[in-house]
Amino acid sequence: MTTAARPRRVALPDPFRGMDRKRREKVILIGVILLAIVYPIVFRSLESAFPFIPWPGTSVLIICATFAILALGLNIVMGFAGLLDLGYVAFYAIGAYTTAFLASPHFGIHISWWVVVVIAVGAAALFGILLGAPTLKLRGDYLAIVTLGFGEIVRIVFRNLGDVTLALPAFLGGAVLIGPNANLTGGNVGINPIDPPTIPIPGPWGNAIVFSNQNPIASFYLVAVLLGITFLVCVRLRDSKLGRAWMAIREDETAAAAMGINTVTTKLLAFSLGASFSGFAGAFTGAYQTAIFAESFNFAVSILVVVIIILGGIGSLRGVVIGAFAVQYVNQTLLRYLGDQVLNDPIQALGASTGIALLRDFNLVNYNYLIFGIILAVMMIRRPEGLFPVETARAEMHGIGVAAEVTAGSSDELALAEEVTVVEGIEEPVAEETVAEETPPADRPGDVR
Amino acid sequence: MEELVKALTIGVANGLIIALIAIGYTLVYGILELINFAHADVFMLGTALTYFALEVIVVSMGLPAGSLTALVLIFAALPFIALLTASVNASIERVAYRPLRNAPRVAPLISAIGMSFVLQNVGLILLGPSQKAVEPVLPKNDLVFFPSGPAWFGIDEVMVVAVTIPLLLVLRWFVGSTRQGKAMRATAQDRDASGLMGIDVNRTISLTFLIAGGLAGAAGLVVALYYGQTWFLFGFQFGLLSFTAAVLGGIGNLTGATLGGLVIGIISALSDRFLEAKWTSVLVFSILILVLVLRPTGLLSEKVSERA
Repeated sequence: MTTAARPRRVALPDPFRGMDRKRREKVILIGVILLAIVYPIVFRSLESAFPFIPWPGTSVLIICATFAILALGLNIVMGFAGLLDLGYVAFYAIGAYTTAFLASPHFGIHISWWVVVVIAVGAAALFGILLGAPTLKLRGDYLAIVTLGFGEIVRIVFRNLGDVTLALPAFLGGAVLIGPNANLTGGNVGINPIDPPTIPIPGPWGNAIVFSNQNPIASFYLVAVLLGITFLVCVRLRDSKLGRAWMAIREDETAAAAMGINTVTTKLLAFSLGASFSGFAGAFTGAYQTAIFAESFNFAVSILVVVIIILGGIGSLRGVVIGAFAVQYVNQTLLRYLGDQVLNDPIQALGASTGIALLRDFNLVNYNYLIFGIILAVMMIRRPEGLFPVETARAEMHGIGVAAEVTAGSSDELALAEEVTVVEGIEEPVAEETVAEETPPADRPGDVR
Repeated sequence: MEELVKALTIGVANGLIIALIAIGYTLVYGILELINFAHADVFMLGTALTYFALEVIVVSMGLPAGSLTALVLIFAALPFIALLTASVNASIERVAYRPLRNAPRVAPLISAIGMSFVLQNVGLILLGPSQKAVEPVLPKNDLVFFPSGPAWFGIDEVMVVAVTIPLLLVLRWFVGSTRQGKAMRATAQDRDASGLMGIDVNRTISLTFLIAGGLAGAAGLVVALYYGQTWFLFGFQFGLLSFTAAVLGGIGNLTGATLGGLVIGIISALSDRFLEAKWTSVLVFSILILVLVLRPTGLLSEKVSERA
């Protein structure tokens, strides 16, 4: 193998240098938990003490955490099993609508959210299987298009079923089966209100703790716990036999099948587990917002989750969570702050003096998808493994896996190197030093299709 | 019966537009095996450019929207609009896809999604969040009537056919009979081997993106005039329809893309007329999923020689 100069990577600052890995992770974990407990309480005082810092509000953090759950779920599909899903929002919508159907005055059903969330997760998983079973044999980009189409179908169906009439044709008697003009999903207006989750503990807050957007601090603690559960499940899945099977399929499906992995069932499990986390997040969002409408479950949400995963580091649990908080913080707080405080006024003034309408109406918030689009392309070209990568992803994106595939068998040393990368891939990145020899981009073998 | 014929006629007009966009997907997929997500947004840019050109012609130059001069001027602007969208498409390839040519397959796909979002945001900034009405330069007068009286089709449908069919024929001739077309077909079959045979692969790929972008721009002009509207989400709407058409016909196959476009156009028109318009896209996406699952090679996939 060519042992050329390792490409220079920007090293992230490491305040824990010298600690061993277990200890370091424990310290970080406790720090994050403490921060999550303290921050919502001190947020107001922080904001008034340091108003020049764009602190994320508690409701912004709730969005961040919701998207972290979504990203962890999609990471199972994209990161672990290597399947590109562009319609992930569909399961989010299914989770949210299931909650809305079972806990709202819409149909007059009021089941407790703690029960509904289980049903919503089940419904999302079921639809994951229904979509996945016929389509998972498709090649990568075809699967992407099928899932995209499914995402659109789900959104449009939820929108259209607000006014539905289903009757037999006239020559069969013309009996009306549904309707006339039945309102199943609330149509464009959506479903409002939805019962929020409650815990019947009386206290200074009243008869029960209500986790709705009226009560962001309590809701944040709830979504933080949900995120914690999701993260824990993902860690256990990654280190399980199933997780190793997913990664084996991602690396080489034929080889995985030859090793006795049932690729169809394994991929289907990834798809439905990923979908169920999306439904989990949807159940929370619907109940927390106490209202949903179909148009909010659009393609842009699916792409935002993909952006998060790519940015954080595909396959890396920690990276994906950090990515979710970073992307939604930028999206919800930082862009607005930078626009209002720094960029909007001078550019608008420039527009007013030159008469260019584009500059006169400038508002940085409107450029968010432009920024995320550029991030996607730049990340793919400059750092496809993401900011907090897993070893295998980095190796693969820089051509090691490919090199092994093309010349496998010609060198024992190479086969050994490949084996080592795969074994390392099961764990989170240990340290910068353990990066296997990397082939610089120029040395990639030509055609990889 | 007359309603059916009328719906079919509208379907053919829509189908030809969809075919024009679908060919862009098919050309690029044939040569790079990449779903160029940004392609439909290049088309959306074409509708936006037409809108702005007409604002200049009608508002700034003061020509009445119904006048013949305005109509002639906007068709004179067609080559420029097509050239602009063609350069945008080729620049995107140069900046966002070429550095990823040997990367894993999802990398350029995700880069393409990024570019699509960039273009959509550009459209949003230029056009605003809601649909914009394009100056009605194209007369909508009915031209041909059924023997029993009601109108069959009008000048606008004739315009669609008069613009799209020559473009489709020229493209066919270019890919099938010119030296450059031969280079494109060779590159599609085996990029490395055609490089060894002395074909400038990068130039051929750039040319492919230029042609695809130009056709998308022309389709943009036709849509802006025919539908009288432009919107930053047009790319997404028409993109999915056109991609479905390309897949239905067998992606990589030029005749297939045209055929797929016509089929999708006709199905949409029939669904608009006899079902409900709001269910049309659900129907089309269901067809997409069914085709991919049941016959992923499309209708016309076996004619490999026509791949471009």
